[in-house]
Amino acid sequence: MPGPLRLTGISASAGYAEGPLFNLEPAAARYAGKATAADEKAALEAAIGVAAGRLAGLMETADDEAAGILEFQVAMLEDDALTGPAFAAIAAGQPADAAWRQALDAEIAGYETSDQDYFRARAADMRDIRDQVLRALTEDGEIAAPAGAIFYGEDIAPTRFLETDWSSGGGIALKAGSAASHVAMLARSRGVPMVVGLGVVGLGASPAHLAGIALLDAEHGGIVLSPSKAEIDAFRRSSRSFAARRDRAETYLQKPAVTKAGTAVRVQVNIADPSDVDGIDISTCDGAGLMRTEFLFGKTLPDEETQYRAYRKVLEWAGEKPVTIRTVDAGGDKPVPGFTVEEGNPFLGLRGIRLSLARTEVFRVQIRALLRAAVHGNLKVMFPMIAVMDEYQRAAALFAEEQAGLSARGVACKMPPLGIMVEVPSVAIAPEAFSGVAFFSIGSNDLTQYVMAAARDNASVAHLNSVRHPAVLRLIASVAAFGQAQGIPVSLCGDAGGDPASIPALLEAGLRDLSVVPAQLAMAKAAIADVAF
Amino acid sequence: MSASAEATVLITHEVGLHARPSVKFTKLAKTFSAEVEVALAANGPWFDAKSIVKVMAAKAPKGTMLHIRARGDGAGEAVDALVELVRRDFDEGADHARTA
Repeated sequence: MPGPLRLTGISASAGYAEGPLFNLEPAAARYAGKATAADEKAALEAAIGVAAGRLAGLMETADDEAAGILEFQVAMLEDDALTGPAFAAIAAGQPADAAWRQALDAEIAGYETSDQDYFRARAADMRDIRDQVLRALTEDGEIAAPAGAIFYGEDIAPTRFLETDWSSGGGIALKAGSAASHVAMLARSRGVPMVVGLGVVGLGASPAHLAGIALLDAEHGGIVLSPSKAEIDAFRRSSRSFAARRDRAETYLQKPAVTKAGTAVRVQVNIADPSDVDGIDISTCDGAGLMRTEFLFGKTLPDEETQYRAYRKVLEWAGEKPVTIRTVDAGGDKPVPGFTVEEGNPFLGLRGIRLSLARTEVFRVQIRALLRAAVHGNLKVMFPMIAVMDEYQRAAALFAEEQAGLSARGVACKMPPLGIMVEVPSVAIAPEAFSGVAFFSIGSNDLTQYVMAAARDNASVAHLNSVRHPAVLRLIASVAAFGQAQGIPVSLCGDAGGDPASIPALLEAGLRDLSVVPAQLAMAKAAIADVAF
Repeated sequence: MSASAEATVLITHEVGLHARPSVKFTKLAKTFSAEVEVALAANGPWFDAKSIVKVMAAKAPKGTMLHIRARGDGAGEAVDALVELVRRDFDEGADHARTA
């Protein structure tokens, strides 16, 4: 029996699973070639029929979200424009599997090279379609996953997820993968534990490791292969505690967040897209602590009206509660064609407010949309990546200029309180330079990555990227203390705010205002209720 | 029989004429016997409105003026129905909500 092997990744859907590993990448099954082109054509037609039939079967029990994905795949399979080139290649003498693969790879390449995120993400659906038909062509080698298995491999197809019966447990552990994928979304909504970014295993993972039982901890993002008895016991305790916390959390959703000692904590939500608020009852939170605006900056730069409508929608949803909108934080890992610049080290380059101040013609459009939207609710605006006070002053001056312009034209507008993100260490170390700002919002993701010099999207340095490192916590505590002394409100809007394991440390550091992703709202409130002071 | 019709409509759907909206669009187009095409500019290139592969390939994002034209039996009805579908935001409204 090999010794335990622990791998760290990123949680894409919280939860725990214990079970056998099921390898998603068995040795490629072989397609048995046919004698004539007519037989090849018949084989491909049959395989497409089998794949379409399976999709139709899945649709019968699919919910809305899943049905949308499946319906798209069925429509693609039924389209002669997709299958035509494959049949043409067969007529020219190709075997069915090669013909199909070539035709689909050409389509997939078109999606992969798109400059729109949304379009690029559809490449995964096209690969799924390709592989379903290939599977049907090479049927015999197919092995079913045992109940409660942990699916392990490079990536997993949406249909594979949907045709799996998760009622007896199980989970997903991916070497690559993304928390933004279709499968990750489905996993979160079904409560299936999922970890991505486990990296290249093989280093130390013997066949015996992969054959044994595994413990998937998708709360913290890791997996243990061939665990020891002690590890299994500890894992089961964590798993039970997680289940109990999750059940209990639901009962906290409707209540205000308070600690055991009665300290009130404000809990707001992070909004990435205006449609996010459609599923959130405003009475369950204290407002929106972070509304991102990058979604507006997709393929083209958004016009003033589009932005105004998006901001107004969220402000009207929140009513009297505050909505803190962050001016566009492009650059870094969020490039925008026609706006951001190519850089060798984008996280330390022209991103956030630096880019907005360099491209004021784009920034002014956003400013006007914000000033106009401000009359429809309780708006606050914050600037990302502020490093020196001069940046804040220049941004605030642009707001004043645009307000004067709008007022002169008789357009309804209002100046919102202007605050800053605290994410560049210079601000956290010397906050006294910023006593003139309306509020601070700590961006714990970037602050942690800059303080620890460890990229948050790089699994090989993930162990360094902890908000609970004393260096990070000390900075947070000093900003909180400075804010309190100066009467400047301080909140936190990074992922740490919704992490039950980090919440006690954040409250201890003096924070009383956290903003979390909507899916973590209940758990965050429950975790606050567990804090003693 | 050489009925023909043409119209333009603004795409307001968040993700544009992609995935789910394009499924609805091509399904509706197929209910007409007329030949129906779409384009992102008045002078083309024109794509077969009944093929989801072609419609997706047009890559029409939100804010695009979509040109729709039809030729043959029921051309007018086909264009009207498709324009109406785009105007109704593909009957989705808040349906395309994303998980954060």
